[in-house]
Amino acid sequence: MNTTARVETDGMFRWPAEGLARVPFRVYNDPQIAEAEQRLLFRGETWNLVCLDLEVAEPGQYRTNWIGETPVIVVRDPACAIRVFVNRCAHRGSMLCLEQHGRAENFTCMYHNWVYGLDGKLQSIAFKRGVRGQGGMPAEFDITQHGLRELRVDTIRNLVFATFSDTLPPARDWFGPRMVWSLERFFHKPIRLIGGYTQILPNNWKLYSENVRDSYHASLLHTFFATFGLNRLSMDGAVEVNEAGGSHLSWSKMATDDAEGTDYASGGLRSMRDLAIEDRRILKTWPEFDDGITHMIQTLFPNVFLQQIQNTLAVRLLVPKTIDSSELQWWVFAYEDDTPEQTRMRLMQSNLVGPAGLVSLEDGFIGNAVQRTTRGDQGHGAVVEMGGHGVGTERQSRVSEAAVRGFWQQWRGLMGF
Amino acid sequence: MAQTEAPAVVATTVATTVAATAVRARPTREEREFLAATAQLTADYAGTIDDDRLEAWPDYFAPECLYRIETREGRASGWPIGLMHCEGLAMLRDRVLAIRHGNVFDPHTYRHVVSLPRFAPGAAPGPAAATGAQAASGTELACARRVLTSFNVTRVMKTGEMTLFAAGTYDDVFVEIDGCLLLQERTVVLDSRNLDTLLVIPI
Repeated sequence: MNTTARVETDGMFRWPAEGLARVPFRVYNDPQIAEAEQRLLFRGETWNLVCLDLEVAEPGQYRTNWIGETPVIVVRDPACAIRVFVNRCAHRGSMLCLEQHGRAENFTCMYHNWVYGLDGKLQSIAFKRGVRGQGGMPAEFDITQHGLRELRVDTIRNLVFATFSDTLPPARDWFGPRMVWSLERFFHKPIRLIGGYTQILPNNWKLYSENVRDSYHASLLHTFFATFGLNRLSMDGAVEVNEAGGSHLSWSKMATDDAEGTDYASGGLRSMRDLAIEDRRILKTWPEFDDGITHMIQTLFPNVFLQQIQNTLAVRLLVPKTIDSSELQWWVFAYEDDTPEQTRMRLMQSNLVGPAGLVSLEDGFIGNAVQRTTRGDQGHGAVVEMGGHGVGTERQSRVSEAAVRGFWQQWRGLMGF
Repeated sequence: MAQTEAPAVVATTVATTVAATAVRARPTREEREFLAATAQLTADYAGTIDDDRLEAWPDYFAPECLYRIETREGRASGWPIGLMHCEGLAMLRDRVLAIRHGNVFDPHTYRHVVSLPRFAPGAAPGPAAATGAQAASGTELACARRVLTSFNVTRVMKTGEMTLFAAGTYDDVFVEIDGCLLLQERTVVLDSRNLDTLLVIPI
């Protein structure tokens, strides 16, 4: 790990001696750290998800998004290549595209009509030669030097990534083979979007990033299944952390519950409080993959999350907004060859996940429960020792914080802490 | 007399034409009574939620009901998945049970403010579209039409913090069962794709 501090702080911040087993609360609240994250992570040495490729399927189709605090345009150019530009006019900095989705033959700044091609090159400037020979840009002004800032682009299946770095390895190499294996599994056949929304999270982006990597909390915070006696036997599973530490897989194989013939249907399973849900259609599933894996949670450093929770499939991107607020964009997807019955089961199961999900809605506020206690409390930190002190793959138990430690390992390496 | 009467007849005809056009764009008396009944139902419905009497929330729905929360963007995109999708009273009751016993969240209540209802734009259905064995009454005709009601929801945390949580439209289909007006379908269409923190209490 690079221990050279690259962050200007007041000199009081040091990572605790316990290493990855402690996370100082200050990392969620310090504006200097947040500023450094923009520079060293989001505009630095990371691949950032910007959209799904089917949002820019045809030449001229664009989608705008954010890499950290930097606005970007993702566009399919006439040669069918995907390009990513900073969504900012090279003249005075006005945002070029205001729409989230659209089609364009060029990008024209509304402020002074500077026109850029889909290749990002500046094509023309209003009043370049002035008015009636008077004024205009200086003769030596070279429009070829004033194009849009273009980013490197890479794709893995349907995911489109961009980076400000000129030196970062290709995305597949950077995330590593096990992460790529899972992405190829998620996107093993053509997909279509079947839902989408943005969840505003009242917490620093890293609190949610830890939450998704933390498979320890799942059965404890999310009490829906336990309350209603719906716990199902987990037959096999693992937490796998990639070499860099910041990306992970948590998967399990659970006995399917199609209600027919189960203990639940026969009344054999009851919760302690004798509560039961009446309508079991929300629990009806089918085996989505041949490998028997029913639950797959994947994170991609720094801020991408993928889920297969039974038959609910989604990609999430977390965009930091302020130090204590972030936007979680959801793409809910299905496969193009779904049968109507499968689409219907996905619809019923959608009640279990997402911002209103019976099983998971607690994730929307739990980060804020930490955020609100840690402001100014800079001498303390979180204890992260479940499953030991390492970041290695955990086959014995998914009651582990190994992937949380892995996140901090990669974060510290890039930040120089 | 004849000379003065003739123009008066013409004038009456013009006035009748104007009035008939205006009447077609405006609800009939029966339609107004129907809309007023939906307004009363929605006011009671909102009050039930705002007063935290969630156990009574399913009482506003017909047995084979649909309750759904989606976004305007999702509807325009034809996305089947929204934020919540309940079919039938049992699923509504399950939601309430989960709120009371299954889910963990910061305690809060809502305050709904709802608009007057209006018919969804588009032609009113003819008698053939009305369902039911009885001869088509005005209420049955009106029941076959979708009713739109705008709402704002302020979320009030137990700590006192208040936030404008949701703005949107109820897109409703009503049904009259044994003289009682009920919701056959209530689709909550949220104007924004952004949802703050989490959605647990129905809108």
